[in-house]
Amino acid sequence: MTDIAATADQEIDHSRRRFLTAATVGTGAVGVGFALVPFIKSWKPSERARALGAPAEVDVTKIEPGQMVIVSWRKQAIYVVHRTPEMVAAIGPDESMLKDPASDASIQPEYAKNTLRSAKPEFLVIVGICTHLGCLPKQHFERGEAALGADWPGGFFCPCHGSKFDLAGRVMSGSPASTNLVVPPHAFRGDTLVIGVDPQEGVA
Amino acid sequence: MANDTTAAAGKGGFRAWLNKRLPVDEFMQSQLVGYYAPKNFNVWYFFGSLALLVFVMQIFTGIFLTMHFKPGELTAFDSVEYIMREVEWGWMIRYMHSTGASMFFIVVYLHMYRALLYGSYKAPRELLWLIGMCIYLALMAEAFFGYVLPWGNMSYWGAQVIVNLFGTIPAIGPGLVEWIRGDYGIADATLGRFFALHVIALPFALALLIVLHLVALRQNGSNNPEGIEIKAKLGPDGKPLDGIPFHPYYTLKDLVGVGLFLIAFAIVVFFVPTFGGLFLERPNFEPANALSTPTHIAPVWYFTPFYAILRAVPDQQLGALLMGLSVVVFLFLPWLDRSPVKAIRYRGWIWKLALAVFTVSFLALMVLGLLPAEGTYVTLARIFSVGYFGFFVLMPIYTRIDPVKPVPERISNHA
Repeated sequence: MTDIAATADQEIDHSRRRFLTAATVGTGAVGVGFALVPFIKSWKPSERARALGAPAEVDVTKIEPGQMVIVSWRKQAIYVVHRTPEMVAAIGPDESMLKDPASDASIQPEYAKNTLRSAKPEFLVIVGICTHLGCLPKQHFERGEAALGADWPGGFFCPCHGSKFDLAGRVMSGSPASTNLVVPPHAFRGDTLVIGVDPQEGVA
Repeated sequence: MANDTTAAAGKGGFRAWLNKRLPVDEFMQSQLVGYYAPKNFNVWYFFGSLALLVFVMQIFTGIFLTMHFKPGELTAFDSVEYIMREVEWGWMIRYMHSTGASMFFIVVYLHMYRALLYGSYKAPRELLWLIGMCIYLALMAEAFFGYVLPWGNMSYWGAQVIVNLFGTIPAIGPGLVEWIRGDYGIADATLGRFFALHVIALPFALALLIVLHLVALRQNGSNNPEGIEIKAKLGPDGKPLDGIPFHPYYTLKDLVGVGLFLIAFAIVVFFVPTFGGLFLERPNFEPANALSTPTHIAPVWYFTPFYAILRAVPDQQLGALLMGLSVVVFLFLPWLDRSPVKAIRYRGWIWKLALAVFTVSFLALMVLGLLPAEGTYVTLARIFSVGYFGFFVLMPIYTRIDPVKPVPERISNHA
């Protein structure tokens, strides 16, 4: 055995063998990579999930000023708040309490990247999922509510980890969350609010 | 008898026929009777065999639960209630499985703590420790997926929080979260894949890792409470002088551990299956509700130390990073520990103090992770997080200057 191995060893072109080994391994790896694509893609939202994620419609005339309704869109709770003029006036004067007052680090469509974070001043449309770890912030619209301190401007409080947001969904200093509540794409078609489409998109 | 297994191979009959085709006797001889373990194992050495026992029990009870459980957002919760109320003995099988999950972590944590006490992760057992850590990581994933399956409200919101942690990864985060969920929220698709991972993928991975762990253990043999390598002193027969055959000595000793463990296990299953909301949490007796959060979200007790670290950090990304690090840091233990001795018996006061700080920090974070993140609790969590990480970060320094005692060459008879 050793003799055969020794003679064979002299005749072996090692660099050729190394090249062929590397080429075989490389080709196999590329093949495995391509074969994995369908399995990885099978985890993406299915056609059905995407269809069920279609826009949701809300008749805003049924929301009284100062009231909030929760709409389900893509299995997320969407908060639609009809802000009173007083509530709108309370937003903004003191931005020192906010982590991201200009919404630079936050997610919202371009038309909601303003102080009130909305397309229409009176209607706030936000995803009711805390940007910290996904709990539902609760509504605490009363100004200076006892439990939240005298300087509480009214807004949302997340009971899980104590994140606070103002009436424009902007995160306040001292919260574990670091970005404002997400504003979903939304558009008004007369008195109907459509959640999930941008205003410039064609009427559904 | 066990001692004449090699002789039996030469005899005729079925046993010889069998051994010619399958090396049964050879395997028993090399792995059990001929495998020498240090003679001075104490109670801390029960937990390896107990972890294996719980693994087998979880597989067994899990198979029976799978027969009745129906993954699906409309069926999962009801099928668990069906198991609890209508399947004969279904309640016991399910309580065995849920108690088994917590027991798994208890014995694994004690098993890992044993390694800390006696330096079992140190050379030449670094890979044994790393494989063990992989088992622990796989076990965490297995426990998390299993926790989501009953589709209670805490299952749902726990899944929400954990999956969203991946959203903090820069750039790929949001897309990754959608890919993990397979929908725009935690949904049917999520439950389906978690079920598949829980009953097929991870049990297979765990079984493979456990085999690797045992193979790596046999390569160098067990460490012991003295931290002395028994293979360094061999008798004339080539066997370690301070070793005894694993079978029958340690198989019988482990059997006592199994007996005691099963008594404790049965007490929990039959008298306190929810363990006061620690093993099965109260909000999980309500079905999952995407529009209502439990007032206070906390993971099951075995994840709370890491969860407390997550909440102690004011910045979200940094918090997630430190939480990940608090688990992964154990992987580096063999290289962080620069002490010339293994066992705590021969270490100096600095190591003992550091280990005490770590022990207290870990247990305190475990408690704090169960409590709401408010006021003093947050401050305390921050202090204990520093203690937790300090143990690892400062280890290369204090293990070098620690005044260690000389380690004897042999394990004394009184050990």
